[in-house]
Amino acid sequence: MTTTKQHGGIGARLRRGVEPAVLLGPGLLFYAVLVAVPVLLVTGYMFATRGRFGGVEWELGLDNFTRVTDSVYLEVFRESLGLALLATLLALLIGYPTAYAIAKLPPRWRTVALVLVVVPFWTNFLIRVYAWIVLLNSQGLLNDLLVGIGVTDDRFTLLYTPGAVVVGLVYSYLPLMILPLYAAIEKVDDDLLEASADLGAGRVRTFLGVQLPLTLPGVVTGSILVFVPSLGNFVVPELLGGGKTVMVGNLIRDQFLKAQDWPFGSVLAMMVVVLLVLLFLGQAWVTRRVEGGARG
Amino acid sequence: MHTTNRRPGRTAAAAVLGTALTLVLAACGGDDSSSAEPTALDPDADLSTQSIVVSNWEAYMPDDIADVVKEKTGATVEITYHATNEDMVAKVTGSGGEGLDVVFGSQPYLEALAKAGMLEPLDTDFLDNWGNLETAATDTAEVDGDAYWAPYTWGTTGICYRADLVDEAPTSWYDLLEPSAANQGKVTMMGTERWAMLPALKALGYSVNTTDEDELAEAKDLMVAAKPNLLAYDDSTFYERLISGEATMTEAWDGWCNYGTGEDENIKFVVPEEGSDLWTDGIAVLKSSESKEAAYAFIDTILDAETHAWVEENILYNIPNEAALELVPAEVTDAYETLGTRREEMLAGENMTDVGDDAAAIYNQIITEVTAS
Amino acid sequence: MASGTRRSGLGWLWLPLVLCAAFLYLPILVLVVMSFNGGGSAYSWDGFSLRWYDELLHDDVLLESVVTSLGIAAGATVIATVLGTLLAVGLARHTRSRLLEAAAMAPAILPDLVLAIGLLSFFYAAGIPKSAGTVLLAHAAFGTAFVVAVVRSRLAGSDAALEEASRDLGAGALSTFVLITLPSIAPAVVAGALLVFTLSLDEFVIAYFTAGPTTKTLPITVYSMVRTGVTPEINALATVLVVVSVVVVVVAARAIRPKEKS
Repeated sequence: MTTTKQHGGIGARLRRGVEPAVLLGPGLLFYAVLVAVPVLLVTGYMFATRGRFGGVEWELGLDNFTRVTDSVYLEVFRESLGLALLATLLALLIGYPTAYAIAKLPPRWRTVALVLVVVPFWTNFLIRVYAWIVLLNSQGLLNDLLVGIGVTDDRFTLLYTPGAVVVGLVYSYLPLMILPLYAAIEKVDDDLLEASADLGAGRVRTFLGVQLPLTLPGVVTGSILVFVPSLGNFVVPELLGGGKTVMVGNLIRDQFLKAQDWPFGSVLAMMVVVLLVLLFLGQAWVTRRVEGGARG
Repeated sequence: MHTTNRRPGRTAAAAVLGTALTLVLAACGGDDSSSAEPTALDPDADLSTQSIVVSNWEAYMPDDIADVVKEKTGATVEITYHATNEDMVAKVTGSGGEGLDVVFGSQPYLEALAKAGMLEPLDTDFLDNWGNLETAATDTAEVDGDAYWAPYTWGTTGICYRADLVDEAPTSWYDLLEPSAANQGKVTMMGTERWAMLPALKALGYSVNTTDEDELAEAKDLMVAAKPNLLAYDDSTFYERLISGEATMTEAWDGWCNYGTGEDENIKFVVPEEGSDLWTDGIAVLKSSESKEAAYAFIDTILDAETHAWVEENILYNIPNEAALELVPAEVTDAYETLGTRREEMLAGENMTDVGDDAAAIYNQIITEVTAS
Repeated sequence: MASGTRRSGLGWLWLPLVLCAAFLYLPILVLVVMSFNGGGSAYSWDGFSLRWYDELLHDDVLLESVVTSLGIAAGATVIATVLGTLLAVGLARHTRSRLLEAAAMAPAILPDLVLAIGLLSFFYAAGIPKSAGTVLLAHAAFGTAFVVAVVRSRLAGSDAALEEASRDLGAGALSTFVLITLPSIAPAVVAGALLVFTLSLDEFVIAYFTAGPTTKTLPITVYSMVRTGVTPEINALATVLVVVSVVVVVVAARAIRPKEKS
């Protein structure tokens, strides 16, 4: 392998110095202004006091932090985590067998299946949530079905419940679970599974002992892709929750656009960010361990 | 080799970050002071060169108002919509008023904006049709002696219900807060803070403008207890829910309820015995507007007897315009009692005003905590 | 999957596959069917009619918002693709910093709500009035991260040998970039651009927070429509969007044609 070349002369050195600046400069500048500054601003807002109509008064203090420890807000956090986790779990339970099934289809059909999985995802997100408003409505189709079959005479209120919110979240992000799972399952070498069976392990043991660990990175990726948008979501709880199921996303939205308490909203938002950063660190750790283990 | 290459990128980023931060901090510091003086208006301004942006609720004014204004005055009108008062306030304050000239809003919110210096005090001499308005209404539009908006509609809040789906017609706010078993899960209340608190406050016998913390705490407890009985918090689709039968009783404004009555005769409106509010909606001009003459022309067109009469006929809300009232056909006032025989009910209501900065924050907090409970 | 004996068919896996398909498509089916409803309700069928499509075509606000969305998407795509590609190449060839790489892709991983409130605060504090332009910038910001991710992963495997060779032969940095680097990453750049375009069209949260009082993107308009109530016009819109996305995805899938291991 050749050593790194010195192309002689100050002119060349300068060129070498300019090139990374030209490549990295514009993008980083753009980021600095439109991503770094906003994030820093929000971090600063955490310590400020609300302006009457939005914006902040720069009277610094820790009031917002003490307010967030109020049981009401912690309860909202807890509920949001719970709903996001539930949605992720359901997506996993539905997604894994589906991805597995797709991986076992003949190649031509696999593409078709993947296309079919992706199409709903490329339909406008709001419309997909709206579809569930129509379906779950007490005057809607699902209730018609239930009454028609004779399961019940009364019309259930399926809509405007936490359950409806979970369904909406799963529906919105299921394709994001299926795709990484499919990619991970597809990579698993059949020989390994055969070997496990040859050694006497039953189907379940093979699955738990060989397949699942090998596809774990896919599971983790898919879970994150569902969990993150679910946690910060406000559209689904608003439209399907009827204003009764408040998730942390709704709180943040309300602080910024209704109650005009930007500092408090900033604290809430930052708590979500911190939570997610911890999650990513956890994911990196898991991935490293699995890949280390597989190689070992 | 690599250190030489990494430095340009890094230093560039750091330099930019520093500059941007300084910019931002500098921007944070500035604050506009605003005077309470009406801007001097030019009576001979050529309106055909002016254009305004108006924000209103959907279907809350004549569809062709932009064309009518253009014909009458030459000014161009662009219309945009907001779904709630808070949306409107966020729009106005979010950009310091840029991009908007005229807003429709409810009294408490317009009052707050006026006190914050965002609204233009109206020079009523410039509005030919100002005299059409009832003094009871124009009195509510004054802040510190100046009128800040033109009253557009007014009314009261009550229970809009399906007479055929309830065993007994509701008579009290408690029918909504503590519904009978048959109505459990089939009632809605509003989610906009002032009207969300109204049923509880009135049920407990308190003022709708109270700032007393104990009273507010009591109301909050009542609302938290009421939440499990609700179908949903709804500010904008409640009459549809009545029509479809999803809901049997809803907290609603009288005009909204008329929409329902128009579709289904079984939908009726009642003002609970504990009393209710008298709310007013008005049209305000933003201080930041650069086309104030056109804005005034717009308002004047609406206050014209014919146009304003159209509003009551078609939007089915009460209007505070004496001249226009004479033009409203009898069929309309006969068909919709709140516009006709029961008009007095609304005037008995307690005028809903701004409660001030601090109290408004408390109202907000209560609603946040109630809906999150 | 290597050997053939395990591919013995799906067995019981057919069940979850079918159930999942039903779950994904039943709501869409209902939407499409009810878009042809003669009556005004989205729940009860009242005869076949195309009236809602007619309403859709005459809905000026909606059509205007489609145009706005397309414009914003186009602008954001251009900015994001250019900046993102440059950034990706710069990261691949000139730095070993994992932190910088993570930072470059951070906007794609942060919840959109956090970015949205940050940008709202920024524009407010900087005194920049919100408009379609601010939405464009916002979309470009998070779009850049996606382009970086896509192009970067393409570059991850490749080494700089070709480029070094080109420089040895005397070509300047710019010609090397245009004639050697770009062609080799072209598919990734195109994929990134398409990704940003599609994301921008469908993006709601950031647009909602950074739009001006009169800016209406398609998702924002749909949101107001949905909040105001349930009408079959939304169903008609949904059907149109579904058809469009089917066409787009099928075309894209054909064009990309993954190389299957047999």
